[in-house]
Amino acid sequence: MKKYFTLLVALYTASASVAQIDPTLLRRTPKDTGGVQMNMDAVYNRPFLQLGKLPVALGGYVEANYQYLKTNGISEGHQFQMRRMTLFVSSSIYKRIKFLSEIEFEDGAKEISIEFASVDFELSPLLNFRGGVIMNPIGAFNQNHDGPKWEFIDRPISATQMLPATWSNVGFGVFGKKYSKDWVYAYEAYFTNGFDDKIIDNKTGKTFLPASKENPDRFEESFNGSPLFTGKVAVKNRKIGELGLSYMGGVYNKYQEDGLVIDKKRRVNVVAVDFNTTLPKMNTYINGEWAWVHVDVPDTYTEQFGRKQQGGFVDIVQPVLKKPMMGFENAMLNLAVRLEYVDWNKGTFKSTGGNISDDVYAIVPAISWRPTSQTVIRLNYRRNQQQDILGNPPATTAGFQFGFSTYF
Amino acid sequence: MTKKWVVMGSLVTIILAALACDKVLTKQPANDAILDGPVEGLTGEQHQIFLRGDVAFNDDVFTAANGLGPLFVSTSCGSCHAGDGKGHPFTTLTRFGQTDSTGNHFKDQGGPQLQNRAIPSFMPEQIPVGATFSKFTPPANTGLGFLDAVPDNTLLSMADPNDADGDGISGRVNWITLPSYITYRPGTVEHNNRYIGRFGKKAAVYDLMQQTANAYNQDMGICSYYEPYDSYTHEVVDPEVTNQKVLDLVFYLRTLKAPVQRNQNNGDVMSGKQLFINIGCAKCHTPELKTGTYAIAALANKTFQPYTDLLLHDMGSGLNDGYTEGSALPAEWRTPPLWGLGLSKNSQGQQYFLLHDGRATSIEQAITLHGGEGQTSNTRFQQLSAADRSLLIKFLESL
Repeated sequence: MKKYFTLLVALYTASASVAQIDPTLLRRTPKDTGGVQMNMDAVYNRPFLQLGKLPVALGGYVEANYQYLKTNGISEGHQFQMRRMTLFVSSSIYKRIKFLSEIEFEDGAKEISIEFASVDFELSPLLNFRGGVIMNPIGAFNQNHDGPKWEFIDRPISATQMLPATWSNVGFGVFGKKYSKDWVYAYEAYFTNGFDDKIIDNKTGKTFLPASKENPDRFEESFNGSPLFTGKVAVKNRKIGELGLSYMGGVYNKYQEDGLVIDKKRRVNVVAVDFNTTLPKMNTYINGEWAWVHVDVPDTYTEQFGRKQQGGFVDIVQPVLKKPMMGFENAMLNLAVRLEYVDWNKGTFKSTGGNISDDVYAIVPAISWRPTSQTVIRLNYRRNQQQDILGNPPATTAGFQFGFSTYF
Repeated sequence: MTKKWVVMGSLVTIILAALACDKVLTKQPANDAILDGPVEGLTGEQHQIFLRGDVAFNDDVFTAANGLGPLFVSTSCGSCHAGDGKGHPFTTLTRFGQTDSTGNHFKDQGGPQLQNRAIPSFMPEQIPVGATFSKFTPPANTGLGFLDAVPDNTLLSMADPNDADGDGISGRVNWITLPSYITYRPGTVEHNNRYIGRFGKKAAVYDLMQQTANAYNQDMGICSYYEPYDSYTHEVVDPEVTNQKVLDLVFYLRTLKAPVQRNQNNGDVMSGKQLFINIGCAKCHTPELKTGTYAIAALANKTFQPYTDLLLHDMGSGLNDGYTEGSALPAEWRTPPLWGLGLSKNSQGQQYFLLHDGRATSIEQAITLHGGEGQTSNTRFQQLSAADRSLLIKFLESL
């Protein structure tokens, strides 16, 4: 009993102490500006707040918005959404041993997930070992998805509704970078737990890789015992931009249980290419990603579930005004547009030979105002055209979204 | 400062104007351009049930985890009836095993419906050697409650099984046996413990409850209290869908609105309708029917225009697949309602797949494939001038 009492007093004292911290002791950890930053550096390339000389730094971001959308003239009315709040904790455990975690609360607290929680051991810049919950480096968005970095309220459809961003799994791997004058070469390679058969057996009625995120056990055990491999190579030139090529693949189905074979091994393979550049003079920022998905769906299964998918997006962001505004010294006003496309079922019907549709096109013009580089206030107009599997006249969704996203 | 307020005010004005603009925020299609939506006159409570049924029909996708299959044709109702319209050949059903009124001789081999898809690890059914079969394209769902509410006596009054009037048309009803869970509609006529079927390509289904329970079971492999036998094991299993959900879905089907004709006062459309009557199409595709007493007040005692008599007609050898249901003969098909025909393309991938198996890819082709009792009208259609044929097609596309 005495022990518990002591513990309670200690806990209370600790919490009271934190409440009395002198804010001047808090300091911003500068973003990692060593070398050229690439998408693979995004997890550390964030603002952190550190208390005194404590080896732990904290950070996070929050985003909320209002939206009014209509689909074929029908609206769900005015919606206010707290999309997500994410907390980062990073720690330098020792020289060249780092830990970083990212915990995300989505839609209020409807979904709480550990998106990243890994320890990095740097043996040399070219050889780092990473283990824990990692974000599979497929495409660029999955690694570089923080809301404040984007001029658009919705995440790209291809990254979240075709690829499963944010897609994290438990595993191990290596990564590294090599600098050569204006060039940086980088690689990543991980083995992790992977997908499950929900990708072809889910409530969306289509091949849907994000359905595997519903499996809460994937951080504890592999669905089928077969590791998912994710690898990426990227190259960046300071003047030209960054180009990445990534692959993710593995067996997704349960092909044996208790030693009994119940199905053949069926693979999912994803290839993605991503790029980003800033055009000189105009400072126009262009960022895009395209991915191809191939899933071995049983021949006896319905054609609703696509064997091939493809899609991507390109964002064009044009700064139009950079000057002190409303008391913010480095405020910036941008015009931007996102073009996106996803085909969830690329192929033809066996019965008619006709094209299988199940696709969406979208255009999202935007105005964004950045009072500081870490905060963005965004006004988006979204217009989608989505066709069903048969290619019937598309459902058009359109409307306005207004919101903010900021690191804290 | 004033300048800023002008800019901000203009921005807000532009956004508000845009919010009010259909072109910016999309426009609701006209009522006559879509098939879904409820009949007029439902109460608030009935709208609630309708909406629940809408979700069960269009949004409930079955997976292996919640009962799909293991053998199945489709994973949801909506995937066969996009926008509540006619289906596409990729969800066409195959039925096999019955050649006459003696029943299905392949019932122990998976008949009557072929489950041609299976969840992983399972093998779908094959048509047994020696079994004849027919393919059925999913029909539109709209206006089914009106058809359900037509009294049996109306159907019998239109029937002319022996062609007593000598016009070459001899429609008859399909006498079928009913499952025990059926509740008879008012005025049901019974004959030797058999009842009049009116739904399905062969009119082998009594009402929308039977249709729904069957579709859950045979199309998606979902067992219910009403149809408890698993289509794979042929054993009684626990219900995989609640009774309430089945009832909601039946209510939804009963209360989907009837398709609304477009341009019905257009001169060409009116001329086309006259030609349709003149060449004898309206003898089977009866333009107008009337409902009787019905549990849903919005559907009771209403006159409506389905262009069907709900009777079986011999359609000739060209449309005889050697398969049948109930007391229908293999060449006999129930007159399909023509309402909503012009909107079929919007649910069939922007092309037509007409007749029972979708073999006709245009309205004209569908007419010219009519044989048997429809042969005379077919011949007369082909004798029309190109302009008149075009008027008749225009009328049919207005439905």
